[in-house]
Amino acid sequence: MNHSHTAESDARLFHQFADMEQQHESWSLGMWVFLASEVLFFGALIFSFLLYRSVYWPTFLEGTHELDLVIGGINTAILLTSSFTMVLAVYTAQNGNHRMAAFWLIVTSLLGLAFIGVKIHEYGLKWEHHLIPIQGLEFEWHGEHPQQARMFFSFYFTLTGLHALHVLVGILAIWVVAYRVAKNHFGNDYMPVEIMGLYWHFVDLVWIFLYPILYLFRA
Amino acid sequence: MNRIATAASEEPSYLGGEHSIKSWLLTKDHKRIAVLYLISVTLFFIVGGIAALLVRLELLTPAGDLLTADGYNRAFTVHGIVMIFFFLIPGIPAVLGNFLIPLMIGARDLAFPRINLLSWYLYIVGGLIAVVTILLGGVDTGWTFYTPYSSVYANGAVVLTGLAAFVAGFSSILTGLNFIVTIHKMRAPGMTWFRLPLFVWAHYATSLIQMLATPVVALAILLVVIERAFGFGIFDPAVGGDPVLFQHLFWFYSHPAVYIMLLPGMGVMSELMAAFSRRRVFGYHIIAFSSLAIAALGFLVWGHHMFVSSQSPYAGLVFSILTMMVAAPSAIKVFNWTATLHKAEVRFDAPMLYALGFLGLFLIGGLTGVMLGTLGLDVHVHDTYFVVAHFHYVMVGAVVMAFLGGLHFWWPKMFGRMYPQLPARISAVLIFIGFNATFFPQFVVGYLGMPRRYWEYVPEFQIYHVMSTMGSFVLGVGYLLPLIYLLWSLRYGEKASENPWDAVGVEWLTPSPPTSHNFHETPTVVWEAYEHEMFPGSEVASGRPAAVPSHSRLAEAD
Ligand SMILES: [Cu+2]
Repeated sequence: MNHSHTAESDARLFHQFADMEQQHESWSLGMWVFLASEVLFFGALIFSFLLYRSVYWPTFLEGTHELDLVIGGINTAILLTSSFTMVLAVYTAQNGNHRMAAFWLIVTSLLGLAFIGVKIHEYGLKWEHHLIPIQGLEFEWHGEHPQQARMFFSFYFTLTGLHALHVLVGILAIWVVAYRVAKNHFGNDYMPVEIMGLYWHFVDLVWIFLYPILYLFRA
Repeated sequence: MNRIATAASEEPSYLGGEHSIKSWLLTKDHKRIAVLYLISVTLFFIVGGIAALLVRLELLTPAGDLLTADGYNRAFTVHGIVMIFFFLIPGIPAVLGNFLIPLMIGARDLAFPRINLLSWYLYIVGGLIAVVTILLGGVDTGWTFYTPYSSVYANGAVVLTGLAAFVAGFSSILTGLNFIVTIHKMRAPGMTWFRLPLFVWAHYATSLIQMLATPVVALAILLVVIERAFGFGIFDPAVGGDPVLFQHLFWFYSHPAVYIMLLPGMGVMSELMAAFSRRRVFGYHIIAFSSLAIAALGFLVWGHHMFVSSQSPYAGLVFSILTMMVAAPSAIKVFNWTATLHKAEVRFDAPMLYALGFLGLFLIGGLTGVMLGTLGLDVHVHDTYFVVAHFHYVMVGAVVMAFLGGLHFWWPKMFGRMYPQLPARISAVLIFIGFNATFFPQFVVGYLGMPRRYWEYVPEFQIYHVMSTMGSFVLGVGYLLPLIYLLWSLRYGEKASENPWDAVGVEWLTPSPPTSHNFHETPTVVWEAYEHEMFPGSEVASGRPAAVPSHSRLAEAD
């Protein structure tokens, strides 16, 4: 077994692991396995959406036209940028620059907040246009099949809502990690930042699927 | 007594040390968490058992007299939900798996002890929500939550019950995650994949299912909850939704979930077969791979629950064939276990009697499963007691036998005490007799046409229900007995040695009960699975230098 790790990394070693390498590999695998589980969660929902889309496609297409391509595009740009700043956070953490790492983490979380802000604005527009499919609220649809349109918006809110929830959880987690990075709790152990990055990139990736199937496929 | 054990026994055991309630509720020790799980699954087993008792009492007479029709629906729903989500699914993995996997692979703990504790708390929160819904009157949907019973026509606390199942599912996912990472990354030196006990292989396969299937049912239940709460009609045909989609999503999890319950039991079986025949398990590799095969094929057969649900007959055909195929790896295991026993000097201690009980019940449950997998017969007996009897034989008969067999096998390790053999043997026999008496008549009455979930029935069927209810009392006594003598043993039982059964496995090198950190020194594994000759803790190998420190043993291995 490898006993060459430094005193500093020893302090970060949890008792159940033999060395830092084992600890890092376990954390990383743990996050990957968790994300595999998330793939199935979103996968089942996206699959259900595509199923309904294939059956009710004319109405679902009209539904797509109700969504604002520009707003969705802005949010896509925001999230892609946040993935880039997350990469910078991991990179600087790897190089032992914990101040910069904390800085980039905070920037990432602010971009996440911006995404949520835009999303809220977008939901607000749907409210104004009476496109909220909640029972008891008026749902206005001038097309031929208001029920199918309701179905489209049910999926729209479920998909984007669950995604936004994941973004929010990510923001909270980033704040915890950023605080501890800023306080130099992790020393030169950059793994917490890397794990955080894995999660954030996954949340991004989900949006990269949602954006085309909800906004882009218009013809 | 070997040297590792002597040196380590000077440290307090995981049960010693701190005694406060707080030290238990905030523990990160996988062994203490396993004990917390053991207590909680037992409590839920009693809750689910009481509901089962109500169901059986109601069915004693053809008229609906004990419960109202609605009360009956709620009783069997409580029984199903509690037993499945809060007893069977966490049962073996969260209790025995939690306790044993680190010990078996020579690790100090699971990879994520805090997540392990979190998963117990999620389980408890889910369980408490379930109890609250029962107190609020429960739900009448059956454990399957089929829409539109659970959506349009729901008249109970569906949202809360769904939440309970959702939270319990989260707990299950976290347990699976912990096991996968632990088995991949935490094995001691020399513990290669093909030296792993088959119990660990079975749990690895189980964990894969927990990770990949549970999120789908979580989503399905979430959509039902959203439908109830906000009126998004994704499963509501009145607004263009598809209720059958719910069934697809539900069974995509719930068929594999049968293997979440069964595979760990099969893992226990392999250990018991090896220990009590004092042999290496016949066909080690085949059993290991058959666990993975069951996990993989198990994902492709969900449609056999939906042969009469408007699914296309061609899909039904494919699902039927795949269902036949998934029976093969299970049968392979049974053949290999039997071959292990062939001409061996088998010892019939209590755990082995439970193991033999498993074999008998699983054989009946498995074969009737193949019958139900055939399209034509399934249409005939669909939604009858034939199906009820089949899945109880597998999920209850076999799995609880394995759970109790494993508990009796590792009890001395877990608590450092032996229990009296005679009552343990009697209860194994009582359970076997009681179980068959309860459920075999249900095959018959089901085949004759008694539908499931009915509260009243035609008088011709009464004789079968009387037999079944009487059997269930024998079964109940059989299940209660271990509770008494096992608790008794905690105080009055003989002290157990490290390896009371003379079995092979890293866990038998630790003191009984183990110390908090499991191993004084990380063990090095030089023996193949179940190989007595090379195992330092074995009586056969007692002429050899026992338990040399790890580095020198490593040198020896080279
Ligand atoms: Cu099935």
